[in-house]
Parts: sequence; C-alpha cells; structure tokens
Amino acid sequence: MENKEIELIVNGKRLDGRGLHDLRPINIKVGVLEDADGSASVEWGGNKVVAGVYGPSECIPKHMENPFRAIVKCQYMMATFCSLEEHGRMGPNRRSIEISKVIRQALENIIMVELFPRSQIEVYAVVLQADGGTRISALTASVAALIDAGIPLRDTIVGVSVGKAADKIIVDLGKMEDNFGQSDVPIAFTNRDKDILLLQMDGLLTKDELSKMIDLAFKKGEDIHRLMRKAIEEKYGETVSKRLRMG
Amino acid sequence: MGVEKDIVMHSIRKSYMLTLLANGERLDGRGFYDYRHIEVQKGVIETAEGSALAKIGSTQIIAGVKFEIVEPFPSDPDKGVFVTNAELLPLASSRFEPGPPGEESIEFARVVDRAIRSAEIIDMESFFLEEGKALGLFLDLYVLDYGGNMVDAAGLAALAALMNTKIPKVENGQIIRGEYSGTLKIDRHPLPVSFAKIHHYVLVDPTIEEESASDAGLTIATTEDHIAAIQKFGIGGFKKDDVLNSVDIAFEKAKELRKYL
Repeated sequence: MENKEIELIVNGKRLDGRGLHDLRPINIKVGVLEDADGSASVEWGGNKVVAGVYGPSECIPKHMENPFRAIVKCQYMMATFCSLEEHGRMGPNRRSIEISKVIRQALENIIMVELFPRSQIEVYAVVLQADGGTRISALTASVAALIDAGIPLRDTIVGVSVGKAADKIIVDLGKMEDNFGQSDVPIAFTNRDKDILLLQMDGLLTKDELSKMIDLAFKKGEDIHRLMRKAIEEKYGETVSKRLRMG
Repeated sequence: MGVEKDIVMHSIRKSYMLTLLANGERLDGRGFYDYRHIEVQKGVIETAEGSALAKIGSTQIIAGVKFEIVEPFPSDPDKGVFVTNAELLPLASSRFEPGPPGEESIEFARVVDRAIRSAEIIDMESFFLEEGKALGLFLDLYVLDYGGNMVDAAGLAALAALMNTKIPKVENGQIIRGEYSGTLKIDRHPLPVSFAKIHHYVLVDPTIEEESASDAGLTIATTEDHIAAIQKFGIGGFKKDDVLNSVDIAFEKAKELRKYL
C-alpha cells in the first residue's frame, strides 16, 4: 500500500506543510439551504460537503414504518466531478452504500427516534469536492444539519480520521496520505460520553498505535466540537447553543 | 390529515395569487417579467475542469465539467462527445427521492443540453484525437436547493462552468490530470428563460408555488441572435401569441442574464 516514491513526511512536515497532528482549516456553516428543514455545509481542507435534513415526516413507504420509533434514511453521495481524476459515475456505488450505512447508524445513536413513532427522518449529504476524509466531513455536516433542523439529539458527534504514514501517526489525512499512507482510521464519537460510533480501519497497526490514534481523535474532537458550536451560534446566538448543552 | 390541510391551504393561497395577478402583482412583489436575485460564481470546484454555482432566488445549482477519453459516436466518428446529466439531489427538496434519474431530471438535463448543443458553442471537432479516440466533455448538474425555475439556474450554471473550463493535456492517448492545453473558447451564450402560465397570465422565473399553481411551463433558450431551444412543460397549453410574446421577452431577459456570467 505504501508508495516509497512519494515522501509524505519530510522533517516532520507533511505535504501541505502541516505538522503531524494538525487539522486542516475547517469551516462549518448551518442553514445553507432554503427548502430543507435543516442544512449545513462543511469545508474541511479541500473537502466541500453539503448536507440537508428532512423530517420528522410521514414514513414512506408505509411498510417501513416502525410503531415505536422514527426510521432514519441516509444517503452519502459523491458528485461526479468531486475528484481531480476521472469523471465519476452517477448513482450509488458499493463504497457510497457502505458509507451511507455507517453514517446512518452513527446518527441513529444520537437521534431521539423514540419520540417520533411511525415517522421518518431523512439525511442527505453530497460531496462536491473530495480531498480525503469525506465520510467524516459528511458526518459532521449531517450532525450540524440535524441540529439546524431542530431534531432532538442525545449528544453531538464529532470525528476525524487518524492514520499512519512514513511510520508516523498523523491526524486528519489528506488525499495523498489516504491513498499512499500505511493506514487510515476514521473515528467518530459522541462529544460528551466519547462513545465511538464510527470506526473503520485499513492498513496494519499495532494495538498501541490504535490506542494512541483514538486518544488523538478524542483530543482533536474538542476542536471540531468548538467549530460546530460556533457555527450554531452564528445562526442562533449563544443562548441556544447553551440550551442545546453544546458544552 | 396533513395532506388535506395542504390542499385547503393551497387553494386559498392560489385564489389569493390569482387576485394579485389580476392586479398585475405577484406573491413576492415582483413584476411579471422580473427575475429574483441572481448570483453566479465560477470556479467553485477545484477538482473539476470547469465549474460554477448559480443561484436564482433560493434555487441553487452547481455545474461541474470533467473530461474523459471516449470512443466517438459511430454517427460522428471525427468528433468528440458532449454529455449533460442532472441529479435532483434529495437534499434539495422534499419532492425529490433518492434513486436513479427519473423522467423529470432527464427532461431537465436534456433541455439544458439542447440549448448548448444547438447553439454549437463547443468545437466538437477539436476534441477528436485519433481513429476511435476522442475527448468527452461531461457536464453534470447538481440541484442543491429547489426554489422553482431549475432550468434557468441550470442554464446559467452550465454556461458559466463551460466558460470556466480548462481543456486537459493529452499525451499518448491519455489525459494528464492537473495539466491543461488551453481553455474552452465560448463565443455565443445561449441561456434559457422560463415562463409559467397561471390562468392566462404568463410569468417569468416562477417560484415553487407559482410552478405548482401553473397549468403549463415554457422554456425558451436564446443566443445573442437566435432561438436555440424551446420546451413546453406540463399539461396545459400556450397560445401562439403567448409563445411569440415570450420569445421577445426571452431575448430581452437572456441579455440581462448574460451580465452575470
């Protein structure tokens, strides 16, 4: 997997000049769409993601409804022009179906679905520009859009991908590091209780390395949570973000 | 319950809309031939060879251009290929469901495509590489927020993206990503202008409400000096005078829209 020809880390600096544990610039905005009940955009390094939320509303089709809780529908999608390489295919592929599922299941953990029997909550995220770490960017946008939609949540979710390149543990992998590094570990967890809701990994790691990565993710989660909170405050003011108990 | 409520609300609102129209007014205070606020931003996606975001009122559409090496169509063996696709993202409206493109998005993409294709603004012969190989230009439209009149917003986004397009360098029959041999030259500017017919009133740039209250829609795309495409949407009909009058307005309005490019 590792490509020896590309030096991902030189003198402790990464390709884009970041230190090993630095996040890329992250910009979160809520209420970016008019029609959706809640929406958010996330610019995370070179990633650009927009998410929209609808609901709770009547469950369609009817046979999917659950008499005790709302069902959550989630679709992660990549625009055909989101990567510098080839023109992508429209419609879901196996990768985006998997990512839609892991994002949905993370969200189902925090949404108070039991408050809305027989209904549905829809979460859609589209990646307009991809630069490594799109699933975490999409998840972040989805959570911010759920908050914007006023859907009751138990907690917020924050996440970051951690990984390994040139035998060093690095935080927030860019596209080259994702493609040519040794390991990529996207981690997302609830902000307050640190329940890990999304965890995937490829490459080879030791237990010790994984443990360090999770600690790093928890630490960086605080920064991401602060940015999400700031985005909510920009639209709703400080009182609301306090009432939402966002820290 | 919810559904019935909507219908009652809607018919009251529609009769209010008709009262206003009889006085020459619209729900949002515009004149019959006025557009909502328009914004066009070029080059919003760095990974695409060309891109643009267009907003008309609350409608937001992003257009992206990508090139691929393709086999020319057997009917045009010495030309490149131009393909337009549209995705009505479910995040853009509660009306849109996830899934493969339906008839609405196919019709929508084809109308936008037709204006560009029939105005012959892209030199397709310059995309020919060698026997059986040519450049294909893929223009993809993503509707991010649906506030009515997708066609005109898509027309603006599409043309702005093409005006912003860099042609990739080709070596040994392969595209070198990130290197470019030049830019796409656009010297004619076809733009669609869309109308909704409510009762016998014809309005430019309809909102969602106006579209849902309308009997029929009409899109007329014009270049600086020619009509490039026409499409009548929906079930109702247009009178000949309505169509001809709309052509005049389409020319005039397309001229206004060009200032945003």
